Amino acid sequence: MKPGPFTYHDPTELADAVALIGAHENARALAGGQSLVPMMNFRYAMPDHLIDLNGVSGLSFIDCGERIRLGAMTRQRDVEFSSDLQHAVPILREALLNVGHRQTRNRGTIGGSICNLDPSAEMPAIMLLHDAELTAQSTRGVRKIPMNKFALGFMTTSLEPDELLTEISFARWGKGHGYGFHEYARRHGDFAICSAGVLIEADSRGEVARIAIVVGGLGATPVRLSAFEAAAKGHRLADELIAEAAAAASRMDALSDAHFSADYRRHLAGVLTRRAMKSAFERIGVAAYV
Amino acid sequence: MSVNGRTYERDVEPRMLLVDFLRQDLDLTGTHAGCEHGVCGACTVLVNGRSLRSCLMFAVQANGASVETIEGLANADGSLSILQECFHDHHGLQCGFCTPGMLMTLTEHLRENATPDEQELRVVLTGNLCRCTGYQAIVEAGLDAARRMRAKKEAAE
Ligand code: FES
Ligand code: FES
Repeated sequence: MKPGPFTYHDPTELADAVALIGAHENARALAGGQSLVPMMNFRYAMPDHLIDLNGVSGLSFIDCGERIRLGAMTRQRDVEFSSDLQHAVPILREALLNVGHRQTRNRGTIGGSICNLDPSAEMPAIMLLHDAELTAQSTRGVRKIPMNKFALGFMTTSLEPDELLTEISFARWGKGHGYGFHEYARRHGDFAICSAGVLIEADSRGEVARIAIVVGGLGATPVRLSAFEAAAKGHRLADELIAEAAAAASRMDALSDAHFSADYRRHLAGVLTRRAMKSAFERIGVAAYV
Repeated sequence: MSVNGRTYERDVEPRMLLVDFLRQDLDLTGTHAGCEHGVCGACTVLVNGRSLRSCLMFAVQANGASVETIEGLANADGSLSILQECFHDHHGLQCGFCTPGMLMTLTEHLRENATPDEQELRVVLTGNLCRCTGYQAIVEAGLDAARRMRAKKEAAE
């Protein structure tokens, strides 16, 4: 269980990192290494060139302005302990606490998790929930990619081999919005079987002004319940709406694999969506950020 | 890099994992290699004060860093640290394979939070697998260590 040989590059400037990944065949960018290094240890991944981004300046930042901006190399730990983010995007931390363990979040990055794109990973789901925009850079220039165009298929992103993810940004939801994230995994911190996240803004009449629901782990990539979201607008925040959301989630397409059947995944999607809706309802109006 | 306060200079192949570097090149075999793919936590060490899995980091990445391992936990006179003593008193280990990782994870956590509750320690320890103890004794050792560290601090003040 040792990685194969590779040439190691440790640039300190983004321009150098971009040039390196553009210049080499079979090169991989190394972020936190919490997924890539195990794959290298197993020799599932055998890059000839490893471009270590850990020393590159300017890729790790948290900016809670008009839009939330996160540097791709921001450690999951730093997001977890950011009180600004906790106020502005409380669902982020709630989801993040399910990402691995203390030791892996100390090292793992937000961008790495999004690029790895495990089907049930929390960070891609949360970014899809927020319609996040990703910034990619190569020697050819800078490109913005919406999250729904980024996640192409099973652990496959629309990043080109010569591109690096540099930044993730998304608009914050209104003050006092409701949020909830629930998932089911065999052991806390392990890969989830299924997950659900909900964001709701209500108007003064107690009706849905805006809602977003994401379900992870059903298929190759997380999915939004877009049809339900559109239909739910203007509906009263009542138990019926929770039941309808759960029903919509359990009608989604799902894949079977060696461990869990599609039926079981759909069942979980329904249960977790109901729980996430319930949490979001309970939290509406609680000052989510100041 | 500095390991437990001592500076080491070595040339290594880039693919050398930090855990193997510690064990093979520096002969610090207290850090254990279990699964070697980031699942068990036996290889946990602190790098610049933060716990991480040394099987998921290349030694070259720790160039210039300050690393702490199990070998550095005991007091200067060789006697057991409070945390180690508590593991001893509460039977927090049986075969001892997971113990270096458990101790390093708890070392980081108790530095950051002197008053942990039981639930919190259980969550923090989810990153470390133990095949022997059933965790109960480890959690008790951690809680007792926090108590004794607080008492010692108060006595010193
Ligand atoms: S040996 Fe590193 S986590 Fe198991
Ligand atoms: S004491 Fe044996 S694995 Fe924990």
